[in-house]
Amino acid sequence: MRPGMFLGTLLAGLAVLAAAISFLWTPYDVTQMAIADKLMPPGAGHWLGTDHFGRDILSMIMVGARVSIAVALVAVGIGMGLGVPLGLIAAARRGSWLEEAIMRGNDLIFAFPSLVIAILITAIFGPSAINAIIAIGIFNIPVFARVTRGGALPLWTLDYIRAAEVSGKGAALISVQHILPNIANLLMVQGTIQFSLGILAEAGLSYVGLGAQPPTPSWGRMLAEAQTMVTLAPHVAIIPGLCILLTVLGLNLLGDGLRDALDPRLKVMR
Amino acid sequence: MLRYSFRRILSLGLSLLIASAVIFSVVELVPGDPASFMLGTGAQPETIAALREQMGLDQPLPLRYASWLGALLQGDFGQSFTYKAPIAELLGDRLQVSLALAILALCLAVFIALPVGIYAAARRGRAGDAAVMGGTQLGIALPNFWFAMLLVLLFAVKLQWLPAGGFPGWSDPLAGLKALILPAVALALPQAAILARVLRSALIETQGQDYIRTARAKGLTTGQVLRRHALRNALIPVLTIMGMQFSFLLAGAIIIENVFYLPGLGRLIFQAINQRDLILVQSAVLVLVAAVITVTFIVDLAYALVDPRLRQR
Repeated sequence: MRPGMFLGTLLAGLAVLAAAISFLWTPYDVTQMAIADKLMPPGAGHWLGTDHFGRDILSMIMVGARVSIAVALVAVGIGMGLGVPLGLIAAARRGSWLEEAIMRGNDLIFAFPSLVIAILITAIFGPSAINAIIAIGIFNIPVFARVTRGGALPLWTLDYIRAAEVSGKGAALISVQHILPNIANLLMVQGTIQFSLGILAEAGLSYVGLGAQPPTPSWGRMLAEAQTMVTLAPHVAIIPGLCILLTVLGLNLLGDGLRDALDPRLKVMR
Repeated sequence: MLRYSFRRILSLGLSLLIASAVIFSVVELVPGDPASFMLGTGAQPETIAALREQMGLDQPLPLRYASWLGALLQGDFGQSFTYKAPIAELLGDRLQVSLALAILALCLAVFIALPVGIYAAARRGRAGDAAVMGGTQLGIALPNFWFAMLLVLLFAVKLQWLPAGGFPGWSDPLAGLKALILPAVALALPQAAILARVLRSALIETQGQDYIRTARAKGLTTGQVLRRHALRNALIPVLTIMGMQFSFLLAGAIIIENVFYLPGLGRLIFQAINQRDLILVQSAVLVLVAAVITVTFIVDLAYALVDPRLRQR
């Protein structure tokens, strides 16, 4: 394994592990306030210190990882679930009005950055983690549609696809049986990238109050709450930010590693 | 080129039309009556009735959309009921900050990315390249609002070189610019990392081309080949990414504006949401989305101007 991919797997794995353990055990209760212990620096009792309410930062980071990962993962699921079929249809019906309609629809969604979608949803239904998922998920749809179509189009000219057509298989069956398995690598790599972008987007949304609501801890909101405290106790702001940075970095390295491992042709570029 | 431009303009108009229809109808999704939603539960029936009339809620949806669009085309964005001011004026004021911030950030990103990308491409596979690639990985993963907080901590609180937030207005251009430096750096760095990577791989991709081999055969050095021949061709993908980044910077500035308390479009949208001023949200989001669509259009056109092969399609 290349060192970059090893580091990526390690960092991303650590975040997933922290989230998984938080279901069973956290050092402290994340809602438990202890004003007497507020803003304690990292030390023996609280490994990563405490925030302005005296809550244990390590526990909040662990539960926050859960929110980040869940939001980003479901958003990737939405993007793949809708985007991949759209891309497959566009490729199967290449040159038709249907392809044109799908691709122009994609361009339109692309013009609405996930933040703007989140703002629109929030303006109507109010802020919540679910709305953050929907906003990031909608943003993911055109990404997967484009990657799928781009990967599928050249396949349709290959002999084995032609053979399947001649043998009487319909476009839908060919798309699922022959096209999809051949672009699975591509989708996996893109999925990793969108996963890491989702973590960043979730952090941004919850930072401005459009994501998970209190008392559920989230990395973005921990940063927002730390902002006024940053001069008194810098660790309150530094730790959640580092967690976001390292998780996203890990996923990006993992994505790059996967791409190199799955598509040796791209390695030449490096 | 004329036919290509005409097709693109047609598709631009259509995109803007559909986007405006989407944004307009989203407000219809508000649970219950939009007017009472905006005014809250404590509102007097007369106030609600007055707002209903101002919004034209007694008319059918398509008619309201048509009159809204008609007014928009004449520059009339309506009246904000929280600010008691014409929305067009509010948007104009805020855009002066948001646009300046986005442009400043993009310039900074290009300024950083160009030399870094060229350096990495020239040192491909060596230690310098590896260092740049590692650094850009960090830059891409960096949450810009967190980076912004660290910048404030260092340059505003500790060193006291630059203001920690707020915007004094453009009456004193120097003070205005100073207030935008930290936000622009926070926005620019992650974008610069992306741009540098794109430039590097575009430059490397040109290396196998015949015209590069010819230039080498003529006796040019690696640096000369990179600057004179490879860079021009590599700029095409870089241009596309820059167009996408500009739209991202306009929209992404929403969060950074909150960190620095800048009176930009993003903060206006947030305040409008908190005050449930749906008319203002509608207009501000439309301006943002229209800006993104228009920038994409301009980049497409510039692309065709640079690369004649694209006009054929």
